[in-house]
Order: sequence, then C-alpha cells, then structure tokens
Amino acid sequence: MDQPIAHAEAAVDAHHHEPQSFWTKYVFSQDHKVIAMQYMITALVMGFIGMVMSWIFRIQLAWPDHNLPFLRLLMPTNMESGTLQTPGYYMLVTMHGTIMVFFLLTAILTGGFGNFLIPLQVGARDMAFPYLNMLSYWFYFLSCVVITASLFVTTGAASAGWTSYPPLSALEKATPGSGLGQDLWLIAIALFIVASTMGSLNYVTTALNMRAKGMTLMRMPLTVWGIITAAMLGLFAFPALFAGAVLLLLDRHLGTSFFLPHLVVGGEHIVRNGGSPLLWQHLFWFLGHPEVYILILPAMGITSEVLSNGARKPIFGYKVMVGSIIAIAFLSFIVWGHHMFVSGMNPWLGFAFVITTLIIAVPSAIKTFNWLGTLWKGKIRFTTPMLFAIGFISTFVTGGLTGLFLGNSALDIPLHDTYFVVAHFHVVMGLSSVFGIFAGIYYWFPKMTGKMMNERWGKVHFWLTFIGSYGVFWTMHYLGFMGMPRRYYSYDSYQFLPPSMHTLQMVITISALIVGAAQLIFTLNFLLAWLRGKKAPNNPWQATTLEWQAATPPPHGNWGPVLPEVHRWPYDYSVPGASADFVPQTVPVEIEPSGEHHRVAAAVNGHGQTNGHGNGHHA
Amino acid sequence: MKKFSGQAFLYAAFLLVFTLIAAYTVANKTWWFPPLASVQGIEIDNLFMITLLLTGIVFIAVHVVLAFFVWRYREQAQQRASYITHNTRFEVSAAVTVALALVILVGGGTTLWTKIQSPPPPDAFTVEVWAEQFRWTFHYPGADGRMGRVETRFISDDNPYGLDPADPYGRDDIFTTEMHVPYGKPISVLLHSKDVLHSFFLPHFRMKMDVVPGMTTRLWFTPTQSGTFEIPCAELCGVGHYIMRGVLVVEPPEQFNQWLSQQTPIAQSE
Repeated sequence: MDQPIAHAEAAVDAHHHEPQSFWTKYVFSQDHKVIAMQYMITALVMGFIGMVMSWIFRIQLAWPDHNLPFLRLLMPTNMESGTLQTPGYYMLVTMHGTIMVFFLLTAILTGGFGNFLIPLQVGARDMAFPYLNMLSYWFYFLSCVVITASLFVTTGAASAGWTSYPPLSALEKATPGSGLGQDLWLIAIALFIVASTMGSLNYVTTALNMRAKGMTLMRMPLTVWGIITAAMLGLFAFPALFAGAVLLLLDRHLGTSFFLPHLVVGGEHIVRNGGSPLLWQHLFWFLGHPEVYILILPAMGITSEVLSNGARKPIFGYKVMVGSIIAIAFLSFIVWGHHMFVSGMNPWLGFAFVITTLIIAVPSAIKTFNWLGTLWKGKIRFTTPMLFAIGFISTFVTGGLTGLFLGNSALDIPLHDTYFVVAHFHVVMGLSSVFGIFAGIYYWFPKMTGKMMNERWGKVHFWLTFIGSYGVFWTMHYLGFMGMPRRYYSYDSYQFLPPSMHTLQMVITISALIVGAAQLIFTLNFLLAWLRGKKAPNNPWQATTLEWQAATPPPHGNWGPVLPEVHRWPYDYSVPGASADFVPQTVPVEIEPSGEHHRVAAAVNGHGQTNGHGNGHHA
Repeated sequence: MKKFSGQAFLYAAFLLVFTLIAAYTVANKTWWFPPLASVQGIEIDNLFMITLLLTGIVFIAVHVVLAFFVWRYREQAQQRASYITHNTRFEVSAAVTVALALVILVGGGTTLWTKIQSPPPPDAFTVEVWAEQFRWTFHYPGADGRMGRVETRFISDDNPYGLDPADPYGRDDIFTTEMHVPYGKPISVLLHSKDVLHSFFLPHFRMKMDVVPGMTTRLWFTPTQSGTFEIPCAELCGVGHYIMRGVLVVEPPEQFNQWLSQQTPIAQSE
C-alpha cells in the first residue's frame, strides 16, 4: 500500500505541472476541481431546464383551461394559443424525469461532488486517471447536448415516460415522440453511461489506491464512502441499461424482436416474433433500482458530514454507517422486481422481491437513528448547509416509510402507477438527494470558489424549498389514495376522482412555483457569491476533514510540495481535553487528544496495514 | 443562559405543524380511497391500515424527536457538545425493533399476495379483455358458453378481435364496449393487448394488472357491491392514455343475462 503513495509523491514532478493555456486550464482540463465545477454547472443548468418543464406541466394539471401565451417563450412548440397540447405534455413529463434522474442528480453527485471531494478528502493530488476524467466530463457534456437537441426535432422529444417502456418507445406509430426523439434519448443515455463508467472507475480507484499516509479506509469521511459505493453501483448496474438501449435501437431500426411480439398498432400489423416487453423492464430496473441508491448514498454521505460538523459532534455510529451504506448497496441489486409486481411478471417472484425490499428498511432505520443520535446532545449551528441536512432526515424518513407500502406487493396493487408512487420517489430520492446536494453546495462552495455564499438568502432558499416541497409532494400522496393515475394530461372525464382533487392539484402547482422561485434565489446567490462574494477563510465551518487543510481554493495538485498526513478519524468534534471543539485529521495525537480509540479498538484489525506507520502514533 | 434561536424555533415549529397536519388529514381520511367494492379489497385495506399505523408511529416519533433535538440542542453560549461516538445497544435495538415490525408486514403481505394471486375459484365468471390505443373491448362467450381463442396475428379488418378462424367456439362470441358482470360471483379477467402496454385498473376493487402484448395476464376479484364503476388505464400508452376510460357495471344476474342477450354476436354483426 506504500506504493501508490510513493507514486502520488512522484507525480508532482512527473505530470502535475500546472496547465498554462486557457483551453487546458478551463476547457479540456484534467484537474479534478475544474472537472468538478464543469460537471456541477452543467448539471445545474440541466436541472434548471428540468424544473422549468415541471412548471409547464404542473400548470396544465392545476388549470387545464389555461391560456397563457407567454408560456410559448418557455415552450415554443405544442403550445397552440397558450395551452399545452397533449403530445407536449407527455414529452415534458418524460424529459423532466430523464433529465432530473440522470443529467442532474447522478451527474452532480458523482461527477460534481465525487470529483471535487474524493481527492481532497483522501489526500490525493488528483484523480487516478486525469485524462479519463476529462473524457468522462466531455462524454457527459455530449450526452447533454444530444438530449437537449432531441427537444428540437420535428416529431418531438421522447414521450414514452422516463422509463421508456417498449412497445410505446419502440414504434413511431405508437406515439409521436417515438421517432427521432426516442433515438436521441437512447443515444444520450448510452453516452451518459459511457461518461458515468469512466468517472466511476476513477472515483473508486482514487479512493482505494491514492489515499494519503494514515488515511485508512475506516478514516475516510462518510461522503467518500457514499460516493464510491454509488460509483460501484453505477459500474455494475449501468451496463444492463446500456445493453437495453442498444437492443431497443436494434428493435427500432433493424427489425429485431428483443422487446416486441407480434403487434397491431393503429390497424397495421407489426410483424415481429417472440420478443417480450418485460425484458426491457427487467433490464431497465436492474439499473433503475440501484440508480436511486446512486442518488441517495452520496447525499447520505454529505448529510452525515454536514450534520456532524453542524452539531459539533462525532457522527453517531461511524462503523455502522459504513456498514449500512454497503448493506443498502448490496440489497439494491436484488429488489428491482418491486417495480414490476403487477407487470405480468410471474407473481411468485413477487415474494422474493417483497422480502429483499422490506429488509432495506433495517439499514435505513439504523442510519436515521444515527443521524438523530448525532444531533442528540450536540451544539447545533443553524447554518444553511445544516438546515438542508436536517431537512434530509425528515424527507428521507417520510419518503422511506411510504416505500413500505409500495414494497409490499399486495398494497402495491392499488397504489402502483398512481400519484402515491410519484410522491414516494420524489420525496425519498428526489427531495432527499436534492437536500443533500444543497447542503453540499452551501458547505463546500467556499472551498470550491474561495467565496462565501450569502447566509440570509441561503436560509430564505431553504425555507421556501422545504415548505414548498412538502406542499407539492406530501399532497400528492392524497391523489394516490384517491386512485389518480400517473401521467394523465387531464382527469376531468373520471367521476371517481372527487372535485376536491382539483383543489389539491392547485395546491401542488402553487407550491411547485414557490419552490421554483426559491431556486431562482439560489441561482442568483450562487452566481453573485462567486463573482463578488465575501472572501472565504480556509476553514469557515471549523471542520476536521482534509479538504479544509488545503488552500482556498486549492491550487493545482491540491497540497503544495508536501502531502498531508492523517493522524485521526474525520469526526473529532468536541473531543474532551482538546483546545478547540474540532481537531483536524492532520493534527497528531501527541498534540491534541483523539476520541478515535473509542471506536478503533475493535475495528483496527482488518485494515491496520493500510496506513503503514501512520498507526504508530496511536497510544 | 438560554439563547433564543429563530432558526431553531422555526424548524421545531414547522416540523411539529407539518406532522400534525399530515397525521390529522390521514387519520381523518380527508382525501381517501374510493369506496371499497371487493372482498379482496377488504384485506388489502386492512393491511394498508396496519402499515399506516406502524409507519405513522415512526413518522410521528422521528419528527417529534427531531423537532425536540433541534430546539433543545441549539447552540447556546455555555454549552458544549458531548463526545459520543456510538451506542451499540441503542443501534441494535433500533434494528431489531424495525425487523420485528417487518415480520408483521412481510407476513401479512405475502399471505395476502398468495391469496390474490392464486387461481380464481372454479365458479368464477370469466371476461376477456382486449386493450388497444385508446379503448377497452370486452369479450364474452356466446350461446355455446365457451370463449373462442383470440390472437393478435389473426386481426384484420374482417376480424377486428383476432378470433382464431379454426376455433368453432368463437363464431358466436360477443364483443362489447362496456364491461358487465353478474353480482354474486368471483370475476376472472384475462387481459390481452394489441399494441402497447396498458394497465387495467379498478380503483374501487383495489385491483390492477398490466396488459402486455404477446402474453395474457390475469386478475380476479369478488365484488361486494353492484353499481357502475370506472376503469382507468394506469400504464402510459400514448397521447390518449388519460382518456382510455372503461366502464364496469356489476349487476344482479338476471339483469346481466338480459343485457348479454341484447348484445349482437360477432358472426351476426358482419
């Protein structure tokens, strides 16, 4: 294990010379911090597009008779006389989901935070493969270009839902968006998977092989644990969707029958033989379920980090937190069938998926318990990152609990494909990971840019987002109870939906527009702080982890001539007898006491060898 | 000296108010399921209420504790955070408690799932369904009492429902745009799709099954009410998904038989 460290030292001279030209420094950069910002900003722009889409279809749902010609500024097509048309509605819901899940959340959590934090938090000078890292971003950029371009093709963007179930997604005759738009959708997803794979290889390799002296695995911050576990999920699960995308392209253009049986669409025979639409669902959800943990595990890591810092207390149950992350990741591979209880899949398979799905509640409950334990007897500072991190606990519990309804196949029968599902996944994987992301942005912005974001506007952003989001997504559960199906352009032809539902639809849309306004505040705060914010000190949150020991913003190579050496775990907050209420990981135990032995006593065995003579400091 | 914190107060207050509103509107059933109309739905609703109770306790407990901690442990001048790294006993008991609750949910859920997914009773009344963009068609046996075989490949302008020309039982079959069933018997539904995925959803009966081209899916249920009910499509099937509305009429057997006798068999309609 000494070897990679030696390699990293030598690397300073070998290939970490500072890039000079504008192109190599800011565009085709191989510096993980620049790539992180590229990923983050691209993802935020994509997220913004996805959010504007949701405003438009939410207006349709709350005021189906709307006539708002100004919406044509946001949506030039499918907006005849200021009213959203049906095909446009289905494109918007499809693209909203696709953009948010892949191009915002996955990209920003692994590409953005993973890139920025892994080298800085484990004490490396850069990623293991900087060139691959650059390629990863540019493939991601290309996939963003392709998916955005698909909005402008004449037949319209993909409109078969973010899950793109064939046959709807396979045949242009079935729905207008299944023309060129669907091809571009599949190509964009394939490019995205290439980008994600290159990135994930880097994150895992860097964290495993390039840690600074003394940085054992069990001294890594939970953020790194969350991100590299998510990266491994991506490495194992994304190939299934890649295969699915290729096969669907073949079905669309070369007449194969992977997903298509003999069909009659609009009176015309589509002669295929033996394919099954269920195969796509298996491939899609074999990725799709780990995917939601790709979004939640890094957010859990960030939340743990910020909660511990904001409560000025060690994270409660560090080892168990790491174990829970790994347990959840493992289980996430064997639960995909819970998306398919009423799909026509053999119902007896449902048993296995009910059991594996509900077991996830155990590690999830432990994590929740430990976050509460972290706040217990703490000294909570209500900074903006901390507000979002506490919000994460609430949304994760709220959204997680509704999973116990949907994960139980018998209860899934009435609830499946209703707004209850929409509510569930938005709260547990949308809101929670967005809250983790905002906590992370407010927390690390000073290190990324050298500037502080405005705290007052940060708090306004948080409160509008938190209250507004529950206004949107808590309310949606009621629509689900009432039996309102997902993906309905309008619902006035159904008598079983009571008129009061219309009021709820308006509450949801108004809340969504308030949340939208809050994101404009965030955008302004982000940009203004970057341009002319207050200069950030090196360690504004009085944090313990390594990145706060680097200069602000960290220079190319991160650490100057000497790599940091790690002497303690990342959560030495409020150590009895220490001079301050936080002790950075680089401070030797001879100088400041550490509480680490409380927890290391039993755990040191399996990995003691990793940190070489770093352990020698322990008394 | 106690220090007031606006953020801590706001946070604790919001969490409690939110929890109160959430708990009240759910307990009060302000916005609730459509009136129940099937035997299977009784058990589904019971399991739903058990799950609601267990998750509701956790939801309320976590939010009340969170609100309390946020207020109680806000930063104050004199206080110092405690150095607590973990508490194995607490963590294990949390895990065990959750696991025990799961045994109830998994036990109840899988038992009920078995019942619902078992083959329908032999006296069940069977209806076949064709789903296509964007309508439902219902298939009944004619005077011979046996349903003819249908297949997508046989569909043509003269044979819109794909009856197998070699199957004599199909010649007198009846195809309707409304679904009628006799009250008092379990109802078995066989589902076929001509084109894309659809989903046959009966909100009042707590039933749903996707309709998949290339295969036959099925569900069965026992109505406890007669009346007219709606069948929304629950799987995105194209631009007309939201108007793919079917009607189910559950009526006394005499009325049902009368209705069926008024329908025109396929052979005569040509």
